[in-house]
Amino acid sequence: MEGDSPVKATASPLLKVEGLKVHFPVRAGILQRVVDTVKAVDGISFEVPRGTTVGLVGESGSGKTTTGRAIARLVPVTAGSIQYSGKELVGLSNREFFPYRKKIQVIFQDPFGSLNPRMSVYRIVAEPMEIHFKEWSRSQREDRVADLLRKVGLDPEAMRRYPHQFSGGQRQRIGIARALAVEPECIICDEPVSALDVSVQAQIVNLLQDLQDELGLTYLFIAHDLAVVEHISDEVLVMTGGKIVEQASAEAIYRNPQHPYTKGLLAAIPEL
Amino acid sequence: MTGLGDIFKASFRRPLGALSGGLLLALYMIAIFADLIAPAATNEQDLDRTYHPPTKIIWGEGGLRVQAYDLTDPSTAGYEAVPGKSYALKVLGRGFEYRLLGIFKTNRHLLVCDDPEGAFYLLGSDSTGRDVFSRLVFGSRVSLFIGLLGITITMVLGFLVGGLSGYFGGRTDFVAMRIVEFMMAVPGLYLLLALRAALAPHFASDQMFFVIVIILAFIGWAGTARILRGMALSIRQQAFVMAAESMGQGPLTILRKHVLPNLLSYLLVAATLSIPGYVLGEAALSFLGLGIQEPSASWGLMLSEAQNVKVFYLNFWWLLTPGLAIFLTVIAYNVFGDVLRDVVDPRSQKR
Repeated sequence: MEGDSPVKATASPLLKVEGLKVHFPVRAGILQRVVDTVKAVDGISFEVPRGTTVGLVGESGSGKTTTGRAIARLVPVTAGSIQYSGKELVGLSNREFFPYRKKIQVIFQDPFGSLNPRMSVYRIVAEPMEIHFKEWSRSQREDRVADLLRKVGLDPEAMRRYPHQFSGGQRQRIGIARALAVEPECIICDEPVSALDVSVQAQIVNLLQDLQDELGLTYLFIAHDLAVVEHISDEVLVMTGGKIVEQASAEAIYRNPQHPYTKGLLAAIPEL
Repeated sequence: MTGLGDIFKASFRRPLGALSGGLLLALYMIAIFADLIAPAATNEQDLDRTYHPPTKIIWGEGGLRVQAYDLTDPSTAGYEAVPGKSYALKVLGRGFEYRLLGIFKTNRHLLVCDDPEGAFYLLGSDSTGRDVFSRLVFGSRVSLFIGLLGITITMVLGFLVGGLSGYFGGRTDFVAMRIVEFMMAVPGLYLLLALRAALAPHFASDQMFFVIVIILAFIGWAGTARILRGMALSIRQQAFVMAAESMGQGPLTILRKHVLPNLLSYLLVAATLSIPGYVLGEAALSFLGLGIQEPSASWGLMLSEAQNVKVFYLNFWWLLTPGLAIFLTVIAYNVFGDVLRDVVDPRSQKR
């Protein structure tokens, strides 16, 4: 993947974020007055061209996860704009946003918490289909789940089992299968490999790259580990304290970091 | 430990669970087949045989027979066995007509004395000569099903209020929890009495059962709602709820598909442990004369009859058997609830 990194940018990017702010009020006292705000994301702008991967790196609390969640409308946006293939998403009603729930999918960090322990793998992966492809029959859904499981490298028989019967890496594959279930265009990968063993990390990252090549997906890849991001991304954003401090191609960031924070992140990568 | 079936199976595998669960099953079977088991109808009086002691059952002439008694002292209800005189008992003999399970019309009963002269009182008779055993069997219907019905209403209400306020948080949560606190601040017994007094004129006595269930459930839901709200709050933070939200699942579906199944084991234990409250609540209301009305039977109502000083003075112990029945039911539920709690406790699964 590293070879073909000249960014396949088209005229209009799939995702365009401008001046995005997400502030959380801090309330105190009996009257619950707002005494302060936590500026989790404080005015960031970036673009994600169609069919590419943009990496978003930063330490814990830098606002990278909040950025991803704001795009998927899991946290309210305070100010700024998010455009999806030219259409403004901020300010849409829940009903108007619904079609984008299908186009934008999220892969979560915690492969243990993100799968409902009481649901079988079939029900987990089929859940988004039941929302967005209501007209499908049970057998159609079952075929699709089997297909998806094969695609992410799991045995289709796995659909009868429950999450606790799988390892962390396998669970993350189930999470990926769920995200792919409704044929999304854009996937927000919220630290998908942070909770996994190093050897498993590589498998999952490779799987994500293969899927991107096959399905033409667009990724916003969030991680705290620059090595992983550098491997998968075309372009990298470095975030700290709710702001983007450096933005360059993966190559450039790795070879020639500008911001001291980026240099620090690079120095933190263990030498092998 | 995923399904409810597994939880029950594991509970019945434990000795205490098998004992208490078996007892509960037996009690409910008795309630369901009350017509078949009871030899007499609830309102079948015999004013010549009031406060009759339990009749002896003897074996003779190729079958079970019931000893005949003579009333020797009407003032103290003294009965004496008549030597050599007895009446035949019939297995599946004829008695009053009823519909088994509400469908099959029949008049067969498990064990009856169909001799018009004879009297068969397994647990004696009460002040109007009604068979205490039959009334106990019929009374189990009210006393046992009031708990099931009441807890269902309570849990549904508690889950809806608690689950929704935990899920949405913010203002919804604030308003719902203040209502819950208000409900909890009102002393239960007074609320019970006040509601009963306010509702009574509008209902006939045969609707009283449902009125009592509704009153009891109305008092009980607040505590459940508060606990469920806390649990819903914590489940709300789980990543799988966020995943469901991100794929566009509606709040009610999330509650049903993601929150409810993860609360189920708690609900089960809480329900089992709080059913005795309903059994006792009904008994208390009926005991005070505010619950089930004569001629229907319920354990609390039967106990209220045992308040009569005559009962203590002349030692009519059989009139206290409804108390024993309540006691057994409450103990069985508590023990079974304890076993269930052990089974669903994640710490016990790791062992």
